[in-house]
Amino acid sequence: MSIDSASSHNNSIEISHLDFFYGNFQGLKDVNLNIAEHKVTAFIGPSGCGKSTLLRTLNRMYSLYPGQRAEGEIRLYGSNILDKSQDLNLLRAQVGMVFQKPTPFPMSIYENIAFGIRLYEKLSRSEMDDRVEWALTKGAIWNEVKDKLHVSGLSLSGGQQQRLCIARSVAVKPKVILLDEPTSALDPISTAKVEELITELKQDYTVAIVTHNMQQAARVSDFTAYMYLGSLIEFGATDQIFLKPQRKETEDYITGRFG
Amino acid sequence: MKSSDLYLRRRRSNIIGLALSMLAMSVGLLALLWILFVLLSNGFAALELSLFIKDTPAPGSEGGGLRNAIVGSLMIVVLSVLVSTPVGILAGIYLTEYGDTSKSAELTRFVTDIMLSAPSIVLGLFVYAVAVASVGHFSGYAGSLALSLIAIPVVMRTTENILRLVPGSLREAAFALGAPRWKVSIMVTLRAAKSGVITGVLLAIARISGETAPLLFTALNNQFFSTNMAAPMSNLPVVIFQFAMSPYENWIQLAWGGALIITFAVLFLNIVARVMFREKVKV
Repeated sequence: MSIDSASSHNNSIEISHLDFFYGNFQGLKDVNLNIAEHKVTAFIGPSGCGKSTLLRTLNRMYSLYPGQRAEGEIRLYGSNILDKSQDLNLLRAQVGMVFQKPTPFPMSIYENIAFGIRLYEKLSRSEMDDRVEWALTKGAIWNEVKDKLHVSGLSLSGGQQQRLCIARSVAVKPKVILLDEPTSALDPISTAKVEELITELKQDYTVAIVTHNMQQAARVSDFTAYMYLGSLIEFGATDQIFLKPQRKETEDYITGRFG
Repeated sequence: MKSSDLYLRRRRSNIIGLALSMLAMSVGLLALLWILFVLLSNGFAALELSLFIKDTPAPGSEGGGLRNAIVGSLMIVVLSVLVSTPVGILAGIYLTEYGDTSKSAELTRFVTDIMLSAPSIVLGLFVYAVAVASVGHFSGYAGSLALSLIAIPVVMRTTENILRLVPGSLREAAFALGAPRWKVSIMVTLRAAKSGVITGVLLAIARISGETAPLLFTALNNQFFSTNMAAPMSNLPVVIFQFAMSPYENWIQLAWGGALIITFAVLFLNIVARVMFREKVKV
């Protein structure tokens, strides 16, 4: 395992000896991995390999469900987020997440963005307007919605909804953005727009993305982790994983012989 | 040859099955149409302006209307909706968003199911013991309380069922922004289920506006116009009950008029609820 390849950068997240359990079933087995700051780290692997599970430990989304638990350490800029004393709401304000299916809230486009900002900041009307515009611009959707900010977010197309959701995550200025198969419900053109957006985002944010699409991982990520049956099989710079994988399993998966 | 035999046999059983279900359907529909027909033919004559501007007549006197009963019914029902809507919705939120499969939530569901199927006369008797016998007189408040006990479980269970239809991913998305659970529940989940919840409230109103038994013990009746909810209050169901069995021609006429008003109010609420729910499903 070549963890070293990431060690020359600052790390946003350092995961060590992470085990995860769905009741009695062990979903992750001794995962060790660093997520570099201002880079895109991709998680690939066949269905059920634990890549989404791993992502959902990073903002402790699993804590919503009794019976799911994680053991080990996940350090976000040094502090262990698996600590009992960790405030989950504050954690999630720092580690944003975008889901497989677009999830606009049943409110206007403007309110969709403002909802998250209002949770932790008290802005004046004009400051809020500016912040909403900034977030929508970051989400590469401002030009499409600037004339209908007070229309329901549900009225947008699927691809627009997903960019709205990314803008919504960006709006609260998190440190890390988690993307859980963000393009699997989108058409190729929307996918291209979102991928372009991901590359933009890494200038200011650390991005972790789960994807079923290996070409996507190759296109957008700096580092790639290949997972299988809850274990991290190989992790390294994306070029290296795709061109010269060290492990036979990784090569088989990437070349399509398996999975 | 064989296959066409099979086809004919299937077609025959299809016709028989269809005929039986059509028959069953028409029995149900016929009953409803019959009720509406009897109501209309008897009540239509009572539909005059005096129905709405005159109060219930004293025994033996001529004419009269239902003004006091209509106003009394409206006040009692509105108060009980004001009480049962927040209680029912918040309890429904508790069941889906907080309690979920916990013991206390399961117990609440069980008790609510019993309340839903409890005979309304039992609830009336309970309120009589608690809020009438103890203070020594009947009152509009006691009537509202009795109706609230009927409406709360209805609002609660519809709210719960509608909230369950809201996809978990929407909740997760709100949690992912760092929102606390109460904000997620009220500002996102409940908002997504808004029209379904309103439908539940409308159905609860429809349910309680015709309830008679609980009001007999609680609001009783009042021959005069009164907006004092601390005193006995006139209301449509009890007036219908008393007038329909009276020997006076004009009282019987008024009972039909009152029945017609309630029926159309409930029918109207049901139609509104259905239209709202259909729009919700389209989104």
